[in-house]
Amino acid sequence: MAALITVRGSFSFMRRLVGLHDFSPVLQFKLSDIGEGIMEVTVKEWYVKEGDRVSQFDSICEVQSDKASVTITSRYDGIIRKLYYDIDSIALVGSPLVDIETDGLPPEEDVMETPAVSQEEHTHQEIKGHKTQATPAVRRLAMENNIKLSEVIGTGKDGRILKEDILNFLASQTGAILPPSPFQEIQPPPPGPAAARAPIAKTKEKRAPSSMPTPITSRPVFTGKDRTEPLKGFNKAMVKTMTAALKIPHFGYNDEVDLTQLVQLRSELKEVAESRGVKLSYMPFFIKAASLGLLHFPVLNASVDEACQNITYKAAHNIGLAMDTPQGLLVPNVKNVQMLSVFDIAVELNRLQTLGSSGQLGTADLTGGTFTLSNIGSIGGTYAKPMILPPEVAIGALGKMQVLPRFNEKDEVVKAHIMNLSWSADHRIIDGATMSRFSNLWRSYLENPAVMVLDLK
Amino acid sequence: MLWRTLLREFVKTRLVRHSSTLKTFFDETGQSGLVLKSTSTDIFENLALEDWIHDRVDLQNRSVLFLWRNTPAVVVGRHQNPWHECNLPLVRRRGIPLARRRSGGGTVFHDLGNVNITFFTSKKKYDRRRNLGVVTGALTDLSPGLNVSATERFDIVLDGGYKVSGTAAKLGRTSAYHHCTLLCCADRTLLSSVLKSPYQGIKSNATPSVPSPVKNLLDEDPRLDPSAVMEAVAARYNVEFGFDGPLVTVDPSVEALMPGVNKMAADLKSWEWVYGKTPKFSITLPFVAEGAEIVLDMDVKDGTIEKCLLDIPHDWLPAGTVDELCSALAGVRFCPKEVAVAVTAFMRTTLQGPDLTRKTHSLYENVVSVM
Repeated sequence: MAALITVRGSFSFMRRLVGLHDFSPVLQFKLSDIGEGIMEVTVKEWYVKEGDRVSQFDSICEVQSDKASVTITSRYDGIIRKLYYDIDSIALVGSPLVDIETDGLPPEEDVMETPAVSQEEHTHQEIKGHKTQATPAVRRLAMENNIKLSEVIGTGKDGRILKEDILNFLASQTGAILPPSPFQEIQPPPPGPAAARAPIAKTKEKRAPSSMPTPITSRPVFTGKDRTEPLKGFNKAMVKTMTAALKIPHFGYNDEVDLTQLVQLRSELKEVAESRGVKLSYMPFFIKAASLGLLHFPVLNASVDEACQNITYKAAHNIGLAMDTPQGLLVPNVKNVQMLSVFDIAVELNRLQTLGSSGQLGTADLTGGTFTLSNIGSIGGTYAKPMILPPEVAIGALGKMQVLPRFNEKDEVVKAHIMNLSWSADHRIIDGATMSRFSNLWRSYLENPAVMVLDLK
Repeated sequence: MLWRTLLREFVKTRLVRHSSTLKTFFDETGQSGLVLKSTSTDIFENLALEDWIHDRVDLQNRSVLFLWRNTPAVVVGRHQNPWHECNLPLVRRRGIPLARRRSGGGTVFHDLGNVNITFFTSKKKYDRRRNLGVVTGALTDLSPGLNVSATERFDIVLDGGYKVSGTAAKLGRTSAYHHCTLLCCADRTLLSSVLKSPYQGIKSNATPSVPSPVKNLLDEDPRLDPSAVMEAVAARYNVEFGFDGPLVTVDPSVEALMPGVNKMAADLKSWEWVYGKTPKFSITLPFVAEGAEIVLDMDVKDGTIEKCLLDIPHDWLPAGTVDELCSALAGVRFCPKEVAVAVTAFMRTTLQGPDLTRKTHSLYENVVSVM
């Protein structure tokens, strides 16, 4: 299974290839025999490109032959200088796969090389050690600290062990120790009492703990690295929408609403709704109240064109609901709220929530909204500054419900369920007074649900 | 069977106290051949265990047989195109998970009536034919006179033409595994409907599956149920290779036994692996929307739309809008969810009358129909 090495070209050619001072031979790495008498394979994926730095045992490419997928790994440390095949081309066993410019050191032998070491155990480990992937430098560090590479979890590519893994392993030695498990058909370790046994087991495994150097454990190494990636998919859509939103001059208007009576009402109605197979939250009430308010203030349910020359008063109240899904923020809307009862709205919300959590919302549900409510309070927070979603002109953010003391008409302190709300509106067509009146109307419906029944359409 | 249970007890007591991971357990048994059986029927947990054994266990002087079954799942090969290989809308509707394995080969449907057998060896000892001999031998042990044989394509056929097993393999640097399916009593109706793609117009170099007529072993002989078959394969394995190791059951989700296995399962479930590893392909879809004949052309790389072209008649939509829609789709994953979000953002930020809105919706519906 040995890969053949050929040094390409003449000496002067190599000199041109390489810096003036060092001698970095470019080696051809040939596709080695993969067994079963197979003579050719199809190159399916490259894991490297020209110019990439690779270490010994890094994956170079994936080839396929007759239902077998084979990972070809590098024999050397170095830089990839040439890929000999395109994706889907046929590669012949024995022919060159890549050119690697090595670091000027003679190619490392496959793990057989064992530097002088005190531990019998480690020599044994080295010879058997094909499986543990780590560069020679990392192996040396492990050996110096009497660490068995098989005990360390590698966080590098293909589970290879990096220098950071050794250091983190050392750091974990003095702290909490993983209790060894009493086995019964390979059961997981029982927690608790095993901890007492742990130090003994650990010492046995370490064999010479007294010679372990201490300084490294008190200086944990931060190995975090910055990561840059292009914005895609969801994020890109958000960028687009919010950039458009920024063109709208927002003004904010905040208030609080006393939902004590609504809480009472909902607890009475919850069971009725459940008997009909529907979960009833507060949102259907908020949404219906908003629609009733919009009947009196249609400018909040409007849309303006690009140049802000024409205003369109939308007939339908399609009220959007900001939804936090596993993929991110989605805003489906309930269509024609002006025609729906509170129960109908609850049914719709259930449907949208199910679709949202399973990632099945389509554009029909996600577009066409005319007004939006965002229940950020379900996660947390009091006041917010919501951004209007174009082409709408207003949005409301609802904070969390808190139980707070308030004075009633008799100057007594009573328990009240208070929720904060934050409206944002397009100041080009909506003024503070309009927003305030709408907000007061909305609040009155929710603070005294009986009035809502009076005006119900 | 009783003999093996006793042996298991012996091995068990000897191992109390020392072992902390599956790997050290293997090392300490000192056995050159072991049989492992999974307690999980989750496709991702089981595939993760395969990965773990392949990566972490020293197989130079030891071989392992792994027996496992899964609740309904569709598994595509490493270099295949899931849109091409199975009925994705049906799979999604039924809540059947889709997985991509690391070995090559074609697409299969797993359910509890199907037995999966994995042979782990060093690269030197990799021998698929011999492994299949173990399987056919086990079947004839249970049902003498059964007409089963392995073909040159490494399938196992019953009665000359019905496929009961398909094979795939993965070779790494120093070790390899060969796994195969075995249909004992799988749901054949579901199998055939799930493995038929409704999508036309996909052009790619992904490995295509070769469809074959299948049969269930249990229909042939009632002694061939999954449990009996697994035991027979384990016994035959030990005989063939001269092993006498214990039959060990493993729960593949226990992190303490197999450090890193849960991350492997998470990687296998990720969109980047299942869909993102699809080889580059293009799709051409002609359709009619609102009376106009339209052709959609998309290039998809790494599961993401690289390029999108809509051939639309002159005045159906303003040219600028079409270009904007196409560029809104570039860089978006080939996935209905993400396309919905991208088209929604596009519709919010480009002023639309009702006519335009309707047409955009229609385009969206058609584009998403191939995802």
